[in-house]
Amino acid sequence: MDNLLSIVTFTPLIAALIMAVFLRGDDEAAQRNAKWLALAATTFTFVVSIFILTGFDPQNTGFQFVEEREWLLGLTYKMGVDGISVTFVLLTTFLMPLVIAACWDVTHRVKDYMIALLVLETLMIGVFCALDIILFYLFFEAGLIPMFLIIGIWGGANRIYASFKFFLYTLIGSVLMLVAMIAMYLDAGTTDIPTLLTHEFSYAPLNVLGINVLGGAQTLMWLAFFASFAVKMPMWPVHTWLPDAHVQAPTAGSVVLAAILLKMGGYGFLRFSLPMFPVGSEVMGPLVLWLSAIAIVYASLVAMMQDDMKKLIAYSSVAHMGFVTMGIFAANQQGVDGAIFQMISHGFISGALFLCVGVVYDRMHTREIDAYGGLVNRMPAYALIFMLFTMANVGLPGTSGFVGEFLTLMGVFQVNTWVALVACTGVIFSAGYALWLYRRVVFGDLIKESLRSITDLTTREKAIFAPLVAFTLLLGIYPSLLTDIIGPSVEALVENYDVATADLVLSHAVADAGH
Amino acid sequence: MVASDLNIILPEILLALFSMAALLGAVYTSKDALARPLVWLTAAVLTLVAIWIALASPGGTGFDGMIVKDGFAQFAQVTILLSAAVVLIMGQDYMERTGLMKFEYPILITLASIGMMVMVSSGNLLTLYMGLELQSLSLYVVASLRRDNVKSTEAGLKYFVLGALSSGLLLYGISLTYGYTGTTDFAGVIAAAQDGEIPIGLLFGLVFMISGLAFKVSAAPFHMWTPDVYEGSPTPVTAFFATAPKVAAMGMFARVVHDAFGGVVGDWQQIVALLSVLSMFLGAVAAIGQRDIKRLMAYSSIAHMGYALMGLAAGTAGGVEAMLLYMAIYVVMNIGTFAFILSMSRDGVETTDIASLKQFSDKQPGKALALLVLMFSLAGIPPMLGFFAKLAVLQAAVDAGLVWLAVLGVIASVIGAFYYLRIVYFMYFGEAEDTVDGDMPAVQWVALSGAAIIMVIGIVNLFGLEGIAAAAAATLVN
Repeated sequence: MDNLLSIVTFTPLIAALIMAVFLRGDDEAAQRNAKWLALAATTFTFVVSIFILTGFDPQNTGFQFVEEREWLLGLTYKMGVDGISVTFVLLTTFLMPLVIAACWDVTHRVKDYMIALLVLETLMIGVFCALDIILFYLFFEAGLIPMFLIIGIWGGANRIYASFKFFLYTLIGSVLMLVAMIAMYLDAGTTDIPTLLTHEFSYAPLNVLGINVLGGAQTLMWLAFFASFAVKMPMWPVHTWLPDAHVQAPTAGSVVLAAILLKMGGYGFLRFSLPMFPVGSEVMGPLVLWLSAIAIVYASLVAMMQDDMKKLIAYSSVAHMGFVTMGIFAANQQGVDGAIFQMISHGFISGALFLCVGVVYDRMHTREIDAYGGLVNRMPAYALIFMLFTMANVGLPGTSGFVGEFLTLMGVFQVNTWVALVACTGVIFSAGYALWLYRRVVFGDLIKESLRSITDLTTREKAIFAPLVAFTLLLGIYPSLLTDIIGPSVEALVENYDVATADLVLSHAVADAGH
Repeated sequence: MVASDLNIILPEILLALFSMAALLGAVYTSKDALARPLVWLTAAVLTLVAIWIALASPGGTGFDGMIVKDGFAQFAQVTILLSAAVVLIMGQDYMERTGLMKFEYPILITLASIGMMVMVSSGNLLTLYMGLELQSLSLYVVASLRRDNVKSTEAGLKYFVLGALSSGLLLYGISLTYGYTGTTDFAGVIAAAQDGEIPIGLLFGLVFMISGLAFKVSAAPFHMWTPDVYEGSPTPVTAFFATAPKVAAMGMFARVVHDAFGGVVGDWQQIVALLSVLSMFLGAVAAIGQRDIKRLMAYSSIAHMGYALMGLAAGTAGGVEAMLLYMAIYVVMNIGTFAFILSMSRDGVETTDIASLKQFSDKQPGKALALLVLMFSLAGIPPMLGFFAKLAVLQAAVDAGLVWLAVLGVIASVIGAFYYLRIVYFMYFGEAEDTVDGDMPAVQWVALSGAAIIMVIGIVNLFGLEGIAAAAAATLVN
């Protein structure tokens, strides 16, 4: 199986094409066919992607399952995975069948919805597999189109504003990255990621518009990439598109956005910023650490004040992504391990939380926290599952949320104690908003007339939550399941980073000695 | 000698003979009843000539360097002829519906095409001017083809007055150039204008010529005629304006700056870069407020010319290659989009209001999807081909050290993305009301879906266009 990655990447797209060409009509039978076909395609993709995992050798820190073909404009079509990206590929293929199952009750333009989700899956997997910067950019950017449509067509009342904000906000970040990519191509003469990883970009100080830029070209390129990934992540202060997009997106859209799309930013930092521009990262790292610390505290405080459930979870995502960026730019084994762990675990937890909101939204058609209360009386199973994910969101030991937060904090503590201290308070705030949300929605007496006839989880909903529950607990109890896969790759990454930046310190020292 | 010279311009001669014969035939017979078959015949002839040029035309230099049929000229000529042919067929239904199917229409288009062929293959400033005037005079007439309509006549008049002004600028530049170099031959000019100090008068000539050329490609700040002419002209004519003449004007632009002034790249590079920046931003910003899709496409074309000029501003063979690719892709996108605009009507009444596209996707999912692909492609969003067009010019600009130009270009592309998205928004997100019917003849449907499919499939290998464009660019820049 030389082209396993291409099969995994393009299976959903082929299913989408089949659906677009052969599925006619908009009656109930056609809708059902569309849903089943989408579910079958995503499940098949997941099953095939398991072969990637079984064939994957964690001890090998290079890229595996590599495919390479000539392409246009001097580019290559090159795919491959290492220990870092393989986990994201699996996360995507694992979540997509659940996402499809979660939108079973949609009745508006079902076929188009399924096509959009399938195309989106192809593009997301492509981002994590691409080993050519322009190919990466292509997948990265193209993902905006289906997401724009998902928010705009199937979203809530204010969906137009949200979809435009989402699209233009992320586009402006990405196009700057494109310019940096072209500059990289001209500097290194290739768009091949493995080659670029070993290429040393110039870091002689530059003077740009009268400002002396430490780290020179590396810092400038780092900034261009940062513009893209920070928006995607999203980091404070460029996070404002996320709450809007989340609130207006349909449930499946929110899940995909929170669980997978946000991870592209973190993945980008790990694949480009840290290994390709180590000096730039070293120069700008402290800034990122502080931005992350601010994000954690600020977003947690804002989350506390929300009266829309989805908005609250969206802000909690911003806070959690703060841990991720913090861990990445701590640039040590614990920090980076923790950041990846946090991203994967956040994929399960935030996805599940948005599904939890979706469950009550489907029944009551409101996301106002005040419209609920005392749900435990009518929905015990729901209360249990919601509690588990609330606790995981808080970072309770025994859930996967704890491992990620702990590792990143440990990583940062070694680099910058003050940032770690500020970030730690965020953990407390997160307990505040999450538990308060849970109390207001689930506990108390069931006094609202409208809630009297609300029904508990259906079998379909339980089936969706079951694997998420299993993985959240499994990773919480036995984290090495994940760290064994990512460990060696992360170790190589950190080692290269240390070597590159050690040179920097040395050259400074030499320069000082020369004076 | 004469035979070989004539051989080189045989395609132009044949087309000219064809148009004369058609004119005579139409005048002496039943006139407008012949128009419909004549449209098809003209399209067929243009296509055949295009194929002939692409596959078997001898090429070479003729008339003591007045005509240069190199790879660059052939690339541009084939693009011009093919797009003219497609636009002719595409607009036939519209012309019949609005009673504009006159036999002059295909004949004038043919004459304009001959003019454009001369423009891109000229090796002398005077040949270039002759070609330009032949093209312009034909286009002034077709712009006001709808004589009883105020907007159409206004478009024709505006186009004529401003076109005459730009021709004057160009001519003045040519005379200055002649005065300071003693020749109008490109080969002579380039020999006189080599690195180092060039006479200030020659510099003035260069600037005047570039101003005149910028008028023709409708680059800002010489763009004012474009929106009005686009809006006022009958839609098939607008579709024609948006495609073939743009390629011809860009081709002519590239010829002048490279063939005549290739030795002093530094002297014109900044001017072209400035034109590029202004066009990109003006096109992006001014289109935001437009409600009329034809005006919107006018501003869109201004922005696209800005990107094509970015390739030219690089001043390298790679830049010209990128420009050619950009123009080829741009033409296909515009043909698809105008195929759709031609069909826009509500209860049989023509409309160009973009609000009439509301919830179009409910009514005609296939056509809406095709237009969606084209809009994202025009916006330069991957994976559509429009992205690769932009990538190519950005690469060329960064390669030439114009990083600032590339950065401004991508920022403008984000602003521009807004109005393309708005069309998608109307089609997919809006509330349904008074939507256009969306019925279109098979020809338009083929053009629309064909263009959309090309935008998607093309990313596999660009249909081999890359190598051809590179070879064409290499003949121009050496």
